[in-house]
Amino acid sequence: MRFLKTLILASAFAASAGTSTLAAGIDDPTRAPYYDAFKGKTVAYVPVAMGFDLTEGWADGLRSTLEPLGIKFEIRDPNWSTSVGAQAITSLITEKPDVLVVHNPDVQSYARLLKKAEAAGIYVVQVNMRSSYSTDAFIGADYVTMGGQIAQRLIDQCSPDNGGSGKIAVIQGVLTAAASAYQMKGILDVLESHPEMNLVSNQAADWDATKAKNIAATVLQQHPDICGFAGFWDVMDIGTSAAIKESGKDVYLISQGGGEQTACDGLTKGTYSELVVYNVPGQARDMANVIKQLLQNGNAPGSTKTTLFTPLDFLTKENMKPGDCWSLPSNG
Amino acid sequence: MNLRLSQEQIVFGLAVMLCIGFAIALDGFLTTHNILNLVRSVSILGILGVAMGLVVIGRGIDLSLVAVMAISVAWSLQLAASGMPLLYALALGFLFSLVVGLINGFLIAYVEIPPIFATLAMGTLVYGFGRYFLFNLDVLYVPDDAEYMIWFGQGVLFGIPVPIFLFAAVCFGAYIFLRYTRYGRYLRAVGDNQLAARITGIPARPIVVMQYMLSSQIGFIAGIITAASVLSMNTRIANSTFIYDVILVVVLGGIGLSGGRGGIRNVIVGTLLIGILLNGMTIMDIQYTVQNVIKGVILLSAIVIDTILNPRDEQTAQQGDI
Repeated sequence: MRFLKTLILASAFAASAGTSTLAAGIDDPTRAPYYDAFKGKTVAYVPVAMGFDLTEGWADGLRSTLEPLGIKFEIRDPNWSTSVGAQAITSLITEKPDVLVVHNPDVQSYARLLKKAEAAGIYVVQVNMRSSYSTDAFIGADYVTMGGQIAQRLIDQCSPDNGGSGKIAVIQGVLTAAASAYQMKGILDVLESHPEMNLVSNQAADWDATKAKNIAATVLQQHPDICGFAGFWDVMDIGTSAAIKESGKDVYLISQGGGEQTACDGLTKGTYSELVVYNVPGQARDMANVIKQLLQNGNAPGSTKTTLFTPLDFLTKENMKPGDCWSLPSNG
Repeated sequence: MNLRLSQEQIVFGLAVMLCIGFAIALDGFLTTHNILNLVRSVSILGILGVAMGLVVIGRGIDLSLVAVMAISVAWSLQLAASGMPLLYALALGFLFSLVVGLINGFLIAYVEIPPIFATLAMGTLVYGFGRYFLFNLDVLYVPDDAEYMIWFGQGVLFGIPVPIFLFAAVCFGAYIFLRYTRYGRYLRAVGDNQLAARITGIPARPIVVMQYMLSSQIGFIAGIITAASVLSMNTRIANSTFIYDVILVVVLGGIGLSGGRGGIRNVIVGTLLIGILLNGMTIMDIQYTVQNVIKGVILLSAIVIDTILNPRDEQTAQQGDI
């Protein structure tokens, strides 16, 4: 009987000892593998160029998320040269970082290289402008849908049923860039079912404001009753806007971009009538998350394909709220 | 009948033919508005053409012209954005362009590096220097309160866009300089035959330095108009093929790369041909890549016609082209 008592007491002590460890907290079993997955890893980033809102914003977002985890973040800046970019990727394939983040200048140039990189055991994440070859992940706007929505906005503004002339024009970036090619398909698909709309001009301005201005000025003077322009990048469309302003006409200009503050200021000042925004810090976060997922799961590169389309905001002067845009951390 | 047309006349003829063709075929080509728009759209190209023309007449070439224009103006805008009064910022940018011109001239006149290499390297250097040390962004915006600067790019005077007046003013200034000033005549003499010019007592080396400083200055002016016209300066143009368009305007107009020949009129004719071509093709909504093909073919044919009508003679063969 006495023995039994001792046993009960002993087990009671043991139980209380158990609760005392509980009070001190227990370790989250997923923590260690989470941090271990990132130790000593390298992420290399090849944008079309640094020095503008989109690429700087992505770099900033990736760096601030990845570096605290112990991931090395490297930037290779080809400065608008496709061949330098291809060289950078080629040399990265031999250097073997763990993840390669690529912003494609056009749909063809890097396709083979990206395939090679995956074969060499590097995860490849593409951002905003995709290559014809699909890799582990793509994060960016759904340009075909976006083109369709833009066409729809122009139809709302400009169709003869709504009191417009039905005449619209498009100013693309570089013809072969994914942002131009896919978007054009979206626009044309929607316009096909709207014979009352008339696409009077469809030209490429190479992402350059001066070229955009010259094209827009000619279009404006050739079609004095033009009702709307769609431009493919806010930085370039400043030129289109200048041409519209100089013509003294009231023309609807729908532009697009990463939603940097300068663009929103342009909306307030009346540079653009409407902006389609894919939020760059949001895209950076999506990329960082996909990278974390790839590194943790450890599947073979190229074995899974994920597409994350960025939600789009259609901003006008009226519906714009503070906080819809973001600012580059260090301007200059 | 001995028909000897100069290249300038051939190109002018081509321009007139294109003009007539477009006027018949395209509605709205030959209207005052469109012609003004046409000239406005090439006025910056024309101004740069004048700068390049002066250098080429002096038997040189300035491949750093577009880089200097982009970087000096972008630096001014960066300074203005960080709070410096715009006028000071522009003065510093202007000074920067002058210094680059001075170094170019020094390298070519005194160190005797061939201009094509000196300015090619300088263009890359200036772009890299600007992007690394002066500012980080590749497009810089004109501040909102810079109304008088914006006027240079977007203003209208007596119904004519201000850039056209500026183009005319630069042409007129360069014409007077070449024709009626001592240094202008020296420039041509040095371009025609540097050794002979030196023997006659012309300060040949300082004249070479002057010609590069002139081209940088004019480049800066063109940059101001570009920035004012689209409220931003895109420094990417430093790496684009724009510099070849500028050389094209000069060579197409008939300023020989062997130096000493040609004048401002040639630049104007070359500029107009390019302007008419671009404008007509935009009106026709021809695809961009096809436009490049057409542009290339017309330029080649102008050169071929010139070679047939004005075959290379002993003198040009001796002097050599670039």
